[in-house]
Amino acid sequence: MSVKADLPNLAVESMPSLGAAMAAAENRSHDESERRRIGEVLLSVENVSLSFGGVRAITDVSFDIRKGEIRAIIGPNGAGKTSMLNVINGFYFPQQGSITFKGEKRQEMRPYHAATSGISRTFQNVALFRGMTTLDNMMAGRTLKMRRGLIWQALRVGPAEREEIEHREIVEKLIDFLEIEHIRKVPVGKLPYGLQKRVELGRALAMEPELLLLDEPMAGMNLEEKEDMSRFILTVNQSLGTTIALIEHDMGVVMDLSDRVVVLEYGRKIADGTPDEVKSNPKVIDAYLGVSH
Amino acid sequence: MTAGTSQTQADTIPKLLLRNADRYGARPAFREKEFGIWQTWTWSQVLEEVRALALGLESLGLKRGDTIAIIGDNRPHLYWTFTAAQSLGAIPVPLYQDSVAEEMAYVLEHAEVRMAVVEDQEQVDKVLSIADRLPRLQRIVYDDPRGLEDYDPSRLHALGDVQRTGRELLSRDPQVGAEWLKRIHEGKGSDVSVMLYTSGTTGRPKGVMLTHTNVVVSGSNANVFDHFTSDDTMIAYLPMAWVGDHIFSYGQAFAGALTVCCPESPETAMDDRREIGPTYFFAPPRVFETMLTQIMVRMEDAGAVKKRLFAYFLEVAKRAGEKVLDGKPVGFGDRLLYALGDFLVYGPLRNRMGFSNLRVAYTAGEAIGPELFSFFRGLGINLKQLYGQTEASVFITLQPDGEVYPETVGKPGPQVEIRIEEGTGEVLFKSPGVFYKYFKNEEATAATKTADGWVRTGDAGFIDGNGHLRIIDRAKDVGRLTNGALFAPKYVENRLKFYPEIKEAVVFGNGRDYATAFINIDLTSVGSWAERNNVIYASYQELAGHPMVREMVERRVDEMNRALANEPLVSGSQVRRFLILHKELDADDGELTRTQKVRRGFIAERYEPLVTALYDGSREAHISVDVTFEDGRKGKIEGNVEIVDMKAYPSSEATAKEAAE
Repeated sequence: MSVKADLPNLAVESMPSLGAAMAAAENRSHDESERRRIGEVLLSVENVSLSFGGVRAITDVSFDIRKGEIRAIIGPNGAGKTSMLNVINGFYFPQQGSITFKGEKRQEMRPYHAATSGISRTFQNVALFRGMTTLDNMMAGRTLKMRRGLIWQALRVGPAEREEIEHREIVEKLIDFLEIEHIRKVPVGKLPYGLQKRVELGRALAMEPELLLLDEPMAGMNLEEKEDMSRFILTVNQSLGTTIALIEHDMGVVMDLSDRVVVLEYGRKIADGTPDEVKSNPKVIDAYLGVSH
Repeated sequence: MTAGTSQTQADTIPKLLLRNADRYGARPAFREKEFGIWQTWTWSQVLEEVRALALGLESLGLKRGDTIAIIGDNRPHLYWTFTAAQSLGAIPVPLYQDSVAEEMAYVLEHAEVRMAVVEDQEQVDKVLSIADRLPRLQRIVYDDPRGLEDYDPSRLHALGDVQRTGRELLSRDPQVGAEWLKRIHEGKGSDVSVMLYTSGTTGRPKGVMLTHTNVVVSGSNANVFDHFTSDDTMIAYLPMAWVGDHIFSYGQAFAGALTVCCPESPETAMDDRREIGPTYFFAPPRVFETMLTQIMVRMEDAGAVKKRLFAYFLEVAKRAGEKVLDGKPVGFGDRLLYALGDFLVYGPLRNRMGFSNLRVAYTAGEAIGPELFSFFRGLGINLKQLYGQTEASVFITLQPDGEVYPETVGKPGPQVEIRIEEGTGEVLFKSPGVFYKYFKNEEATAATKTADGWVRTGDAGFIDGNGHLRIIDRAKDVGRLTNGALFAPKYVENRLKFYPEIKEAVVFGNGRDYATAFINIDLTSVGSWAERNNVIYASYQELAGHPMVREMVERRVDEMNRALANEPLVSGSQVRRFLILHKELDADDGELTRTQKVRRGFIAERYEPLVTALYDGSREAHISVDVTFEDGRKGKIEGNVEIVDMKAYPSSEATAKEAAE
């Protein structure tokens, strides 16, 4: 039953039909791809605590994100999920604990450094340049990769022009990938919400990140838009090999997409594991169903 | 490879490709916008691509007589798959790319496809989901590999890889290429070139088999008719499974070496058209309707000066535009004004729509409103109508330049004969495009093709005084009045609906003494008339019952009756009595289909008292019907409607006879 793709003179008549072959191959290929994808630890969060004045947002949380996986952070409202993302990309500084990214340990980090070292993100409430076109917004995502200075770029000659062409090529591939050709030249402020979210994902991808942080990528979307977005997230993860950490409220989406899930409640980690483990964890059930303590 | 082609007549598509690569090698054949840039392939590059693809597909097992499904948007690689398959003697079967898997299953199964070449993951998923029902399907080839990395690769192949295999085979042994050419030269015009499934509004879809001669001769005849050459460009954006696209963007393009441009995505087709500026364009009437609406909406937002200019020059266009287009005499003043209008208004508008270089545009499929038609023609756009069907390789009649009458569909195309069957009025045709047969359906073939080679269109029509064909209705809908005169309800309804005040019309008369009509007024158009004339109304029902509205509709019906009197075949269908319905016909009440077509039978039952009243001579009738409101509540609308008697004009034939006596 192992038919090779590149055997040109195969006797086609004797082959079983495509349907039967696909069914047989289904399980095997699925397992293989799972194993192939996930690698060593890319980022680890160790004993992180964060408070604003007297309010404790995060208390002593540790977890790690492995290369190539889709990692979900879930929890009820106010559990500290967005704060956690803000800590990871350097927007907040934790009072205690440390973050190790690509083997480099640090306690404090500016968003600029996070961005240059390969972390990009999208926001819960879309944060695009509303007056600029889709294309310009995505080109803005390339800013950090531009080597020529302001003057060169303003003159747009020689090397600066060549550089712009290179960047445009990368952005155009993303436009094709995200199927947003038709809004290439439309100011994003005029776009419906679902498309804005897609453009924002495009801008984050334009940075060619190693770690992509998605803060509620499907919030406020209809079913069809959610399905599209899920498809894009999976493809980004599989074809580009990008590691993804996402916050999401739609449990169906989380359980389908993610390899591992970390659950927060009142700033504390209450569970960590595969979607199935997390789903059957009594603490998680309590947190979501609100059992009295 | 240049030898051989020049001596033998190119009677198949692959032979035309060889001819084009030889004669127009460096000229653009296909363009596609990808990554924001138009990519171009010349005819000699296309030949190379097709050869690589054909050899690759052959190595996957495709051979003479096999059928191969093609599913996807208009992409150069998919068009080349047609040629590659045809060069091997295999038969391509394009499917509508937006069909759901269930609909595809029937065609894939019925056509016994061996391979499927599809555009992307979406189509791969659809085909895989029904693969267990398709015992003959062996392989799937896909154009766009995105998202397909983790699929089992043993039966799925990237189109790029298939071409690579083909190129390797060729570089290893050049003899392979010579053999491929030999196989092309063995192909005959009478071979089946493609199988197109008709969409099947009634019953299961039927696979219409067209030969190479059908496609090649129809394509080159159409090129001769409108003088298309290798300088012409078109944009391919309608489904590849539709016969129109197959003949325009494939048959005509190969026969005349025209340039075919594929848009970046279906959503960008409008903008892409503007960038390309095609010289040849086809669209169903609704596309033109959308364009007109967009122009009007944008003009509403324009400044006062622009609005005035637009309104003024539109009047000039109405008066002189079509005459200028047809080369008919126009007064000096109007000619001057039209030239000015062309510079200020028409030119920029044409540019906006991507029609700056347009020489010929066609529309077909359904009746187009004469006002809409004249609007585009007035702007200097050579919009024409044609009449055709899959079984004819499209072309039956076309409107020649300078002889365009909105109510007809034109004269028989080159080498096409038509005749009208006595009694039923059905249109029959004979042409080089007549299909070979329906696949695995001898019964349907026999019912459509007569023993002496005529094909039944299923449409009833007649040939008018200018030798132009007019289609009146589906033949099966055409009935008779008790005096034996022909009764064509849809024809009359369409005539009524072309008046802006009338939104819907339902005409009765089959097996009755005379024709009668229900009329729905158009609330937008009549409402704005009411505002201008200080007619106060609170609801549709009140406006519909207003005496001035009745008078207005009466004038329109009278106008139509007068026009019908000049058309001998349908003069009996003049509306003798009509009423204006007290409510709008609505799909929620089952009175219209979801595509807004009237359901005549259902309406006749539902408004039975009104129909009776139309025929028993009463002046007024009472009606009460259940309705569903937009929020889902049920209710009743009742009221009295007035019945109006109309004058019938004697048919022009009868008058002529009287005069002769």
